[in-house]
Amino acid sequence: MSSSAVPSASASLPLRVDALVKRFGQVTAVNGITLELRSGECLGLLGPNGAGKSTLIRSIVGRVIPDAGTITVFGARADSSAARNALGWIPQELALYPRLTCRENLQSFGRYHGLRGAALEEAVARCLGWATLTDRAGELVKNLSGGMKRRLNMAASLIYQPKLVLMDEPTVGVDPQSRNNIFEMIEKLHAEGMSLIYTTHYMEEAERLCDRIAIIDHGKIIALGTQAELVRTSFGSRSQVLARFAGGNERVSAWVAQRGGQSVDGAAQFTIDHPAEIGVLLEASAKAGLELLDVSIRKPNLESVFLHLTGRELRE
Amino acid sequence: MISAIIRTAAVSLRRDRGALGLSFVLPVVFFSIFAVIFGGRRDTTPKVSLIAVDEDHSRASQRLLQGLKEEGSLVVKTRPEPVKGAEQPEYTVATAEAAVKDGTAPVAVIVPHGFGENPISFGPQDANRPRIQLLEDSSDAVAPQVVSGLLQKVAMTSMPDVMAEQGSKYIDEFAGGLTREQRDRIEQSLGRLRQQTESGGTGSGSGNGGIVAVTARAVVGQNKNNPMVSFYAAAIGVMFLLFTASGAAGALLDEAESGTLDRVLSSRVTMTSLMLGKLTYNSLLAFAQLLLMFLWGWAVFRLDFWSHIPGFIVMGVCSAVAVAAFGLLLASICRTRAQLGALSTLIILVMSAIGGSMFPRFLMPEAMQKAGLLTINAWAIDGFTKIFWRDEPISSLWPQVLVLLGIAVVLFAIARRVARRWEYA
Repeated sequence: MSSSAVPSASASLPLRVDALVKRFGQVTAVNGITLELRSGECLGLLGPNGAGKSTLIRSIVGRVIPDAGTITVFGARADSSAARNALGWIPQELALYPRLTCRENLQSFGRYHGLRGAALEEAVARCLGWATLTDRAGELVKNLSGGMKRRLNMAASLIYQPKLVLMDEPTVGVDPQSRNNIFEMIEKLHAEGMSLIYTTHYMEEAERLCDRIAIIDHGKIIALGTQAELVRTSFGSRSQVLARFAGGNERVSAWVAQRGGQSVDGAAQFTIDHPAEIGVLLEASAKAGLELLDVSIRKPNLESVFLHLTGRELRE
Repeated sequence: MISAIIRTAAVSLRRDRGALGLSFVLPVVFFSIFAVIFGGRRDTTPKVSLIAVDEDHSRASQRLLQGLKEEGSLVVKTRPEPVKGAEQPEYTVATAEAAVKDGTAPVAVIVPHGFGENPISFGPQDANRPRIQLLEDSSDAVAPQVVSGLLQKVAMTSMPDVMAEQGSKYIDEFAGGLTREQRDRIEQSLGRLRQQTESGGTGSGSGNGGIVAVTARAVVGQNKNNPMVSFYAAAIGVMFLLFTASGAAGALLDEAESGTLDRVLSSRVTMTSLMLGKLTYNSLLAFAQLLLMFLWGWAVFRLDFWSHIPGFIVMGVCSAVAVAAFGLLLASICRTRAQLGALSTLIILVMSAIGGSMFPRFLMPEAMQKAGLLTINAWAIDGFTKIFWRDEPISSLWPQVLVLLGIAVVLFAIARRVARRWEYA
């Protein structure tokens, strides 16, 4: 990583990433990413698997050495002790000691960050409460449910009260109820003014939790803004029509492509400027011999934006 | 259906190098080690080291010792190895005993003053007759027996004239006396026999035992309650320390796989401090295991533990640190727990076989004994044997301490180097 001086203007920013590049052999995982995280902001990194989200996060926490670019955390180089103390990282994996209890896990990670004595016990109690695991404090981690493990995994990263927290897909493999619990935990942190980066490939999560969203694909940020800005930039005031037809997929796909639409999950998706265009589309489908099953109209969302920008679905 | 199952299993085995090694390499390696040790290859059969002290300096004593030197299965030393090129004085009874105690040789033979006057006896043993002394290290059950037998054999084969002379004396004394003519003929025959013997010819013995009076005395381990327990406590203990250490070090692999290692390294903990922590923990674990083994030996097998505490601590700490570093190196090299399990089993069993954990190194061929010095087992066992068997002072442990700590430093340094792969991507 470059050791160039950090501009004073960015010293107060929780995070600044500038022209970051990381290659693994022939594969460029991160390809010149530049972004800033504002104080108290929750920034979503939205992209499909393999887009480079985790590599970017691991570069920020110092587990990956970039080939080029700079990263600063509150004005300090990312590999400095000041940056390490300010950063919390919630890894995608359940990075816990399975044969230790919840309390013992939190105590261990607290000690790794220099906490001792009463301060440590206070922090453990606070984190157990935040993760709603106080009554399971003495339970071995291996005996916890998946959702509980996820919550403890998050709590272990907050034991030393970092000012900036990076969350790498913290809801992977979690049931809907536990996911909701996790959302509430994150929203609480956000409400307390903590700066957050949240990576996900679920657009609903990004839409619910994030102030701004960076859409990442092939190691690059292809769009950055609020949800409304991203939709407006890609679609303006246009709407989307989703139509489902009976019969062979190939024939439907060919007709959809001919009409300038896209096939999504077996449905035909068209972008229209005015609702009156729906009638024209349906008439054309009837002339093509397609049997319409159902039709709906909706405002574009992040999924639509991603599809629009990359030509691919988010979860491909 | 069955063929499909066989095909799947075969492909899986082919791709599991650890299992392949355990299935095909380890048995062959073990077979080879045992074959070399016990297979009776003439060029590798160990010779017995024997220290010889001639206090009599008579013709009979010299002939007896010369006969022992000519035995192919013995290496007879009459003086210590030269020091910086300077020849050392011949062994005395005291220095020979000290040499047996410190393990230079497992047995010493002392030919006493007056032996030549009455070297052999066919009748009841005379209590006043000078007796050859064998000073034994009783941890080696083989060498004293070999030397004892060879003494009798050599007495017959290297001193036929003395035997004949002694025999004629018995006839003269117990058969009512010989005529002058008979005595002259016997004297002529003895003269020819002496000439023949002195010119290098020897006869062959009949194998009757007890011709030469011998008294055996254990100078090492004579007061031990249970002689071999201390050896096996160390031998088996060290082998299992190696298994424990490699297993405990495998926690690194678990942590790397689960992502815990990444999380730990993203905190204030550095890779060096993490590995030093693991080394310390694994050393403490190994030491506790050794302590348990020796305490069990004391409680159940009457091992004399409490009078050797300082020596035990020195050897226990050095052995524990060495095996802990060994375990960390194995864990650093391996990619998965399964790989570690296979590799550690392979290496530890071979090290234990060569290093004396399975059977004493003095039973092995010389080349194998030297190869054993490349293992942690051999140095640890030697150190514990010095303390618990030979009752040597702690200062005598310096070679073992230096080697074991040296091994620990080198292995840890390599492990730390290899562990860089976990530090950053």
